[in-house]
Amino acid sequence: MNFDIALLLVQDGLTNGAIYALLALAILLVFAVTRVLYVPQGEFVTFGALTLATLQQAKVPGTAYLVAGIGVVTMLVEIATALRERRRQGLGTSALLYLVIPTVLLGLAAWLAPRQPPLLVQVLLTLALVVPLGPMTYRLAVQPIANASVLVLLFVAVAIHYVLMGLGLVFFGAEGWRTPSFTSLRVELGPMTASGQSILVLAASAISIVLLWQFFGRTLWGKALRATAMNRTGARLVGIPTEASGRLAFTLAALFGAFSGVLIAPFTTIYYDSGFLISLKGFVGTVIGGMVSYPLAALGAVIVGLLEAFASFYASELKEVIVFSLLIPVLLWRSLASRHVEEEHDE
Amino acid sequence: MKYIARLLAVTVPAMALGLAAWSPVRAEVKIGIIASTTGPGASLGIPYRNVYTNLPPQIAGQPAKFIILDDGSDPSTSVKNARKLIEEEKVDIILGPTFTPGCLAVSDVAAEAKIAMICLAPVVVPPAKLPWVFSIPQSVPVMIAGVIEHMKANNGKTIGYIGFADGWGDLVLKALEATAGPAGIKIVASERYNRPDTSVTAQALKLIAAKPDAVLVGGSGTPATTPHIALRERGYTGTIYHTHGVIGADFIRVGGKSVEGTVAPTGPLMVAEQLPDDNPIKKVALDFFAKLSPAYPQVRNAFSGYSYDAFLLAQAAVGPAMAKAKPGSPQFRQAMRDALEASKEVVGTHAVYSLSATDHNGVDKRARVLVRVEGGQWKLLK
Repeated sequence: MNFDIALLLVQDGLTNGAIYALLALAILLVFAVTRVLYVPQGEFVTFGALTLATLQQAKVPGTAYLVAGIGVVTMLVEIATALRERRRQGLGTSALLYLVIPTVLLGLAAWLAPRQPPLLVQVLLTLALVVPLGPMTYRLAVQPIANASVLVLLFVAVAIHYVLMGLGLVFFGAEGWRTPSFTSLRVELGPMTASGQSILVLAASAISIVLLWQFFGRTLWGKALRATAMNRTGARLVGIPTEASGRLAFTLAALFGAFSGVLIAPFTTIYYDSGFLISLKGFVGTVIGGMVSYPLAALGAVIVGLLEAFASFYASELKEVIVFSLLIPVLLWRSLASRHVEEEHDE
Repeated sequence: MKYIARLLAVTVPAMALGLAAWSPVRAEVKIGIIASTTGPGASLGIPYRNVYTNLPPQIAGQPAKFIILDDGSDPSTSVKNARKLIEEEKVDIILGPTFTPGCLAVSDVAAEAKIAMICLAPVVVPPAKLPWVFSIPQSVPVMIAGVIEHMKANNGKTIGYIGFADGWGDLVLKALEATAGPAGIKIVASERYNRPDTSVTAQALKLIAAKPDAVLVGGSGTPATTPHIALRERGYTGTIYHTHGVIGADFIRVGGKSVEGTVAPTGPLMVAEQLPDDNPIKKVALDFFAKLSPAYPQVRNAFSGYSYDAFLLAQAAVGPAMAKAKPGSPQFRQAMRDALEASKEVVGTHAVYSLSATDHNGVDKRARVLVRVEGGQWKLLK
């Protein structure tokens, strides 16, 4: 272990840590607003990466059909609920969200894909295709049981994970894919050479985190999300529609997930089931943040990335053991150090 | 009268059920297949399985039924599938699983249920379970010996190893340790990684720091490209050897330009046209391609060859076994096992198999050639 190797490990750890940080923030956001421990976050990552890989092959990605299909199912559920509640308002917005937009996206994908558009257009199309899955998942699986306990929501999240993983297998096949790097430039930073791809990942993550921070601090919807996170009943009392907050949280989570997927695809071969392990490591970061603090969650995820890099170097067989064992001292510390507060049963 | 009717209504179905469960003697030979068509082992499992979906349903002139189950590259699912095949479908022989940890897991079930299994991945089992476990792919020491020979011919002195952190990685490392020492080659670094890992940069760094003349990657399928690409990205220029578990088109597709120049051992079928005419394997291999390529154009890969060889071995055993018992009975399973163990000089697409009580793999040096990736294709290394 000399200085050069240590620097390379730090670079690798930071790059992975940046991706885990994006995931940790998304999981924390969804948990804070809807109390769902969103295990399927990894599937958004996988779908993003595999959609981009398919677009690079000039084929129409399976995600387009998936989104259209789930859109139809969600619309049917909406119609059933509207019939039961004997109301007609809201059906227009639902039709727009769940039928019109997915169909437009499907048409766009079918038209654009064979034309091999430039990389930026492909990335935007990937994001556009994966993001609608977020609110649809919320509407189908979480909204009907939004008031259930955290444990029930966790079971449902695990079930969603298996469904999405199975759908990933159907639409993308069992094979792994890799995309070519966005940039092959290498930058000299003092004693080490950083690859342009790593710098891109770090910059993109940093910008996303800053944008999220500004969104929460300055926009109306950001403040609405924070209010729902703090107290659902209170938020409803002041006129914040909690279903819309939940939908927005899931949309943001899908956006972050797809974005992470696009960033991670050039580094490694992604299979339809790679997402689970990645999201678990993001979850460890969230736990380090105590499930409340965004900066600590991001920092925790970066620590997980660095720990993983150094553990792979020193004891590669025990890498996963070491990374997940980090949970134990963190949980011990948190439960001993924080004051015990009686959980408020507010719904 | 009503009492008799009620009595009959109860006893007749009970007797029928009893008869059905008692002795399913049948003329059809049932072959159970466990293949990993999903999960990290899918790049091998799918070619393995595609042979059985395209073979006509008969074996040695008898009607046959292939029952194929997927285990998702998960050993506990392999065990579940094995139990289902043995107890519900009452198969006469099991072909598979297609990855070493799965084979190890199912070997317990096979020994307990007294049914022969022809494992489609190299496996080493303790002597107590050996009677029931056969394996088709060339044993790892035979293949790694080929790699070491090539290294020695190129004056390599030190080798680094990176392999899966499971049974397969263990097997390859043990074979390397057994063959490298006697050839005067020193193992200077040994790292492990998991099949679904996304980053092996740290392990690659450690390997490069040890400055080996060559590196052996103990992986299989597309996950074996991960350390290969990481090593090349970090500027490693020595030869990278692989095992016979990567010989397929997907390895080259995912590895891209980084895997040019890879050297790996494999069975003769991959370069069948380039074999001499007096080699018996040439005819069988070319026959195999001709028979299956209309339905399965990508039949030309090492894994489909192993599947076909397992079928050929089972076919050679069905004849003697039918003389002793009928399919569907425990005696037939025992007879299949005995016939398999007595197989001599069965010509397959990878090797000429001669099994014995102590050797359930039965291959020799004729089963190995070295191939190299040139221009995106596997070419015979002369």
